[in-house]
Parts: sequence; structure tokens; C-alpha cells
Amino acid sequence: MEFIYSLPLFSIVLSLFSGPLCMILPGKAARYYTAAFEGLLIGADCLVLARCVKAGEAITYTMGEFPAPWGNEIRFGILECLVALCFLVVLLCSVLAGWRFVVHDLDETKINLYYTLVNLLTAALLALVWTNDIFTGYVFLEILTLTSCGILIVREIGRTTLAAVRYMILNLLGSGLFLLGVVLLYDVTGHLLMVSMQEAIGILGDNQASMTVISLAVGILTIGLAIKSGLFPFHFWMPDTYGWATPTSASILSSLVSKAYIFLLIKIYYRVIGLDMLTRLPITKVLFVLGLCGMVFGSVSALRAGNINRMVAFSSAAQIGYIYMGIGIGGLAGYTAAVFHILTHAVTKSLLFLTTPRLAEVSGDTLLFKGLQGSGLRDRNAGLFFTVGSLSMVGIPIFAGFSSKLLFAGAAMEAGSPKKVIPVMLVLAVSSLLNAMYFIRTVIRIYTAGGREGEIRTRSPHRLDYNIPALVLTGANLFLGLFSWVVTDLIQRGLLIFG
Amino acid sequence: MIETLLINYEEAAAIILFGIGFTMLLFHRNLIKKLIGMNIMDTGVFLFLASMGYIEGRKPPIITDGVMDTSAYINPVPAGLVLTGIVVSVSVTAVMLSLTIRLFKRYHTLNLDDIYILSRHAEEDR
Repeated sequence: MEFIYSLPLFSIVLSLFSGPLCMILPGKAARYYTAAFEGLLIGADCLVLARCVKAGEAITYTMGEFPAPWGNEIRFGILECLVALCFLVVLLCSVLAGWRFVVHDLDETKINLYYTLVNLLTAALLALVWTNDIFTGYVFLEILTLTSCGILIVREIGRTTLAAVRYMILNLLGSGLFLLGVVLLYDVTGHLLMVSMQEAIGILGDNQASMTVISLAVGILTIGLAIKSGLFPFHFWMPDTYGWATPTSASILSSLVSKAYIFLLIKIYYRVIGLDMLTRLPITKVLFVLGLCGMVFGSVSALRAGNINRMVAFSSAAQIGYIYMGIGIGGLAGYTAAVFHILTHAVTKSLLFLTTPRLAEVSGDTLLFKGLQGSGLRDRNAGLFFTVGSLSMVGIPIFAGFSSKLLFAGAAMEAGSPKKVIPVMLVLAVSSLLNAMYFIRTVIRIYTAGGREGEIRTRSPHRLDYNIPALVLTGANLFLGLFSWVVTDLIQRGLLIFG
Repeated sequence: MIETLLINYEEAAAIILFGIGFTMLLFHRNLIKKLIGMNIMDTGVFLFLASMGYIEGRKPPIITDGVMDTSAYINPVPAGLVLTGIVVSVSVTAVMLSLTIRLFKRYHTLNLDDIYILSRHAEEDR
């Protein structure tokens, strides 16, 4: 086995060790260490991705060299490495750009603990993307839940604690359902490795009683993950959670944590159930309908939101709806669109959540729309970044959001049945219109002169450690928009060898 | 239907426990009782796993009398899963209890609705 194939395992294990290491480092050193370490992980992931693209196949890494039905496995192909790369880049940008806010929001003695949590969260994210064992998936799912709760409560105001409790309760319900689903599947198939499970399910396909249990198990498991990722009607915890966390946390929670759950779901569909078997189960229809509802109701809630962070958070609910709609459409095109939107939303939403606190900063620390008037003129960089994010969410050409919407429409057309095409087109149009209403309204407001003109300056207007990560995210956004074919080609090749 | 449930009474009990725990975690307003519900829910899953892994008349997979035949022993994997699950459940409970303590110190109540109202009064939207 070549050394390069061990890199994913090393990435996960080293992230796990980095957590405790940050505990003994002082705050500033922990931050530098975390940033440097994320950089290393990105490099390692790029190497693995390049190798996978060159080899054109997925690589299964058996831990301890125990063969298939017994050992634990990591499996990485083009798709996994691409998603991991996107996650790591967004993570690094969030850590760098949110630094000043972390110092401001946190107790000085707890800064290193924050980076401990970020490192553990990285390990959980990577493990969820790469694992080939469903129970390992469950364990890292819980680690992800605990660490994401941790990065939420480090900002010690009453609101975050309450938000964290509600977030945890919903997540625990989701975890419980996921565990029950996994246990049921294990009972029917007798395996925990995803590939072995699929073989067993293929044999059981003709048995009516087993199919009932499998259908039930997949339903329970899907609902569990849907609750955790905030699909309508389980999205009501989002505004409090994202709205009150420190910006780095908000960015990580909204753009990475919920996506990791969805990616695990796609992986289970592809690798455990298999797409052929999945069409026989009713659950994807449910996801399709809930996704469509989420797209509309998330946007309606965003339209009525009172402050800018709540608006962006509710917009996340709508975007999660898009992704589930893609899964509901199904087929290669549907899943390609869903994965592409995972990437789009990750780079866009993190940019928005990292920008809003800067706009608030030059407006007397208010997030209310009224106070934000003219903030884009007071902090031109932040205004520009917010505009880029908004335009991408609305779906203006050359930005990533436009490519996503095009892919969703194309996937619906390819699916062919009018029962899918008409609702998708209709809801896409309505949702885009609603998106435009609240995002463009906000952009106009932050560029309207007035408000606290000249009164408050940002604490440090031209900090490179904020501007460079934000520029990277903007660049990623434009890349996904202008060169979407490069990425969709990679995603499609990845999906073909994903199962 | 009833007959199948009676034969598989362990699984039926496990699912009922899961349901009780799930509804408690979802609907109860008292935070401590929510946590108790969560633990009942997890226990339900563990019971389900343990009962599925046990086969009547077989022994735990520890070789003492030289019998190497696998059909003499039960499957050890479910027990391993239960152990992992217990560890996860304990750590989640610990985190939730610490959060509950923090909320109680701040708001002096365990009722989630009251805490919500109090937090709205305490800190108006920025």
C-alpha cells in the first residue's frame, strides 16, 4: 500500500490528536497551529484527490489489514476528496477570518479550548466523509454533534446556552433515530461495512418481510439525518443557533456541519441501499416534498426575519431544502446537483456569516436592518463581500448559485416525469423570487446613505487576515459559477464510482 | 400480529421504551426529565441490540473448554456496539447536564418555556 493512501487516515488521527494539543497551547499559538494544520490537511487532501482522479477509481483502505467483513475501512474516491477539500478550505477561511471576533466574544482563558473543539470537529467531519463503516459513522456523528454544541456555547451569553440546549435536543432526537435505523439495518443484513450491507440487501430484495424492515430502517435513518441537518419542518432551531454564535462557529455550523450529515445520507443511499433499491422505497418522495416546502417556507421566514443574521440563517433552511430536493429528484443528475449545491452553499453561506458581524460592527453592534443602513459604505470590503454572497444566493449568473439552480432544473428535466418537472420549476422560480426580495432588499439597504454616517469606524478596517480568506471564498464562489463544468464533471465521475 | 409481538417481547419492549423516551425528549418541558427521556430512548436501542445478538442456548464467545466451533457461541459484535453506544450516551448526558446547570444558574428554573420567555426579556434583539 502506497504512503499516499494512508494520508486520509493520518488526517483523521492527527486532527484527533491536535485537539488535546491545543488544550496545552496558549490561545494565539493554538490559533496559528490550527490554521497551519488545516493548511497541511488541505495539501494532503489535494494529493489524494489528484491520485484518485489519475487512477479513476475509489480506494479502500483497510485498517490493520483485516479483510472486508471484519475490519474497519476508509474509502476515498474523487467525490469524497472533493467534498473534503471544500470543507477544509471553508474551515480554514472561517478560522482565519473569524479570529478577531473569537477574541472579542470569548473569555481569554478559553480561546485555546475553542481551537481544541475546532480540531475535533475537523476530525469528525473528515471521518464522516471518508468512513466506510456505518457504526463508525454513528460514533463520529455524535462527536460532530458534541463539538458543534461546544463551539456554540463558548460564547457565554444566555441566548447561546438556550440555543445550544434546543440544538442539542433536536440533534439527540436525530441521533436516536439514526442509531435505531442503523441497528435495524444491522439486524437484517448482519453487517456494518457499507459494501457488505449492500450485498446482503441485494439478496434480501425479493423477501417481502425483510423489505418492510429495510424500508422502515431507511425511513427512520433518513428522518434522523434530516432533523440533524435542519430540513423543513425541523428548521426552527436554525436562527437562534446561527444567529447568536460567534461568526466562526456560525459559519462552520451552517456551511459544514449540516452538510456533513447530508453527505453521509447520500453515501448511505449510494453504498448501503443502492440506487436501484432506493427507487422501490417511498422515502425519497417524502424528501422531495419536504425539500420543496423548505425552499418556500425557509424563504418566507427569512423575508419576515427582524435581523440580518436571522435572515441569513433562515435562508440556510431554504438552501437545505434545495439539496434535499436534488436527492428527491434522484438519478445521477439529481445527486450531482445536490452535491454541487452542498459545495455552493458551503462557500456562500460561510462568506455571508463572516461578513454580517463586520457590517454590525460599523453600525454600533446592531444586527437590526434599520441600524445597518449605509454600513456597506462605511465598511466597503464587507459590503462588497456581502453583495457577492447575496447575488450568489439569489442566483445571478457568473456566481455559484446560478450554476446550482441550472443543475437542479436540468436534473428535473432529465428525470422526465411531469410530476417532478412542474413542481421543481415552479418552486425554483418562487424561491428565487423570494431570495431576490430579501437579499436585494438588504443589499440596497446597506448601500443607502444615512444611518450612523461617519460615526463609527471599524476597529481595524484593512486587516489582511479577514480580507484574504473572504477573497478566497469569493474566488471559490466565482470559480463554481464560471467553471461549474470542471466541478460537475468531477462530481459525476466521483458519483459513478461512489456506490 | 399480537402473537408475533408476544414471541418477540424483548424487541417489542425495546421499541416501546424507545417511543416513551423519544416523546419525553421531544415534548417534556422540564430539562432534567428530557434528559431522563433521552437515556430511556438510548436504553431501548441497547435492549434491542442485546436481545437481537443473543441466541438461546449458546454461550458468550470465550473459549474455556476447547470448543472452537462458532455455532456454540453468540455473536459478540452487538455487545461491542452496546458498549460503544453507552459511552456515547454517557458523554452526551454529561454535556447536557452541564448545559442544564448553566441555564439553571442563570434563570433559576428548569422549565424550557419559562427560560425562553425570561431570555427574551433579559436580552432584547440587538
